[in-house]
Amino acid sequence: MRFAVLQFGGSNCDHDAYHVVHDVCGVDCDLIWYKEGIGREYDAVIIPGGFSYGDYLRAGAIATRTPIMQDVLAHAGAGRLVLGICNGAQIGAESGLVPGVFTTNEYPKFICEWVHLKVENATSPFTTKYRKGEVIRIPIAHKEGRYVVPPGVGRQLLDEGRVAFRFCNEAGECTPASNPNGSELNITGVLGEDGNVLVMMPHPERAAEGILGSDDGRRLFESMIAHIENQ
Amino acid sequence: MSFTANITISLKEGMLDPEARAIQHALSNLGFETETLTTARVFSITMDVPTEADARIRAGEMCERLLANPVIHSYEIEVLK
Repeated sequence: MRFAVLQFGGSNCDHDAYHVVHDVCGVDCDLIWYKEGIGREYDAVIIPGGFSYGDYLRAGAIATRTPIMQDVLAHAGAGRLVLGICNGAQIGAESGLVPGVFTTNEYPKFICEWVHLKVENATSPFTTKYRKGEVIRIPIAHKEGRYVVPPGVGRQLLDEGRVAFRFCNEAGECTPASNPNGSELNITGVLGEDGNVLVMMPHPERAAEGILGSDDGRRLFESMIAHIENQ
Repeated sequence: MSFTANITISLKEGMLDPEARAIQHALSNLGFETETLTTARVFSITMDVPTEADARIRAGEMCERLLANPVIHSYEIEVLK
């Protein structure tokens, strides 16, 4: 089994993702500079957080138009796993791997804080180590993380089981007060049409060891590993 | 021939514009009450193409492929000689 973590100019969570996959979960992992392209088959590709190309134009817009993203689309099209975290989520949405867009927070400031997430789908390749309805604790760090979709699409995604995570309070209620950036229906983790792509604004790699304050994020990577092992 | 395309990218009508709201609030603090305030981004691009129509088509392609995100943006193109 082998994971890949992409690196664009401005990626800054690439080594964190690598650390969780390689050092915490014990899985082979390559860091791939975007100009190299994805030269072999990987079981999973992670698009990490950061500020690719300074978020010029729009978060993720420029990274999305680099040639390596064609490799990512082919990888996803073959049914293999893609995880986009934060800037990776913005890139995933810009590239059409999931519907919608992640744009400026409702209150337009950078937010860096711990949030609670409700697990909406515990059957996807990324979430089988969670229980449906479980409340987990993972940090966010973004200014452009408000999930926007055309009218009706958010509800449709929820009904179709394509929402992995929603912002909630400690009791698991998805209220406006527990929605830090104004995302549609508190949605912050979206699955692609075939379930093999997940993009999310919160940072599971920053909550993968107890010493960091929570290890709730680790189970996301363990879910991916279990899914690959069971294939 | 050289043409300049002025491309204006704005949020679709009804889209929340947090930056506009913040600016409107700041103007209000300075005593400037405003009814509405919207923001937009303008790209001024010169290109060497045979006709004005070609410049417009190229500019449209730029919007579709990179400059605008159709989920939230609309765009207008003005071509000058």
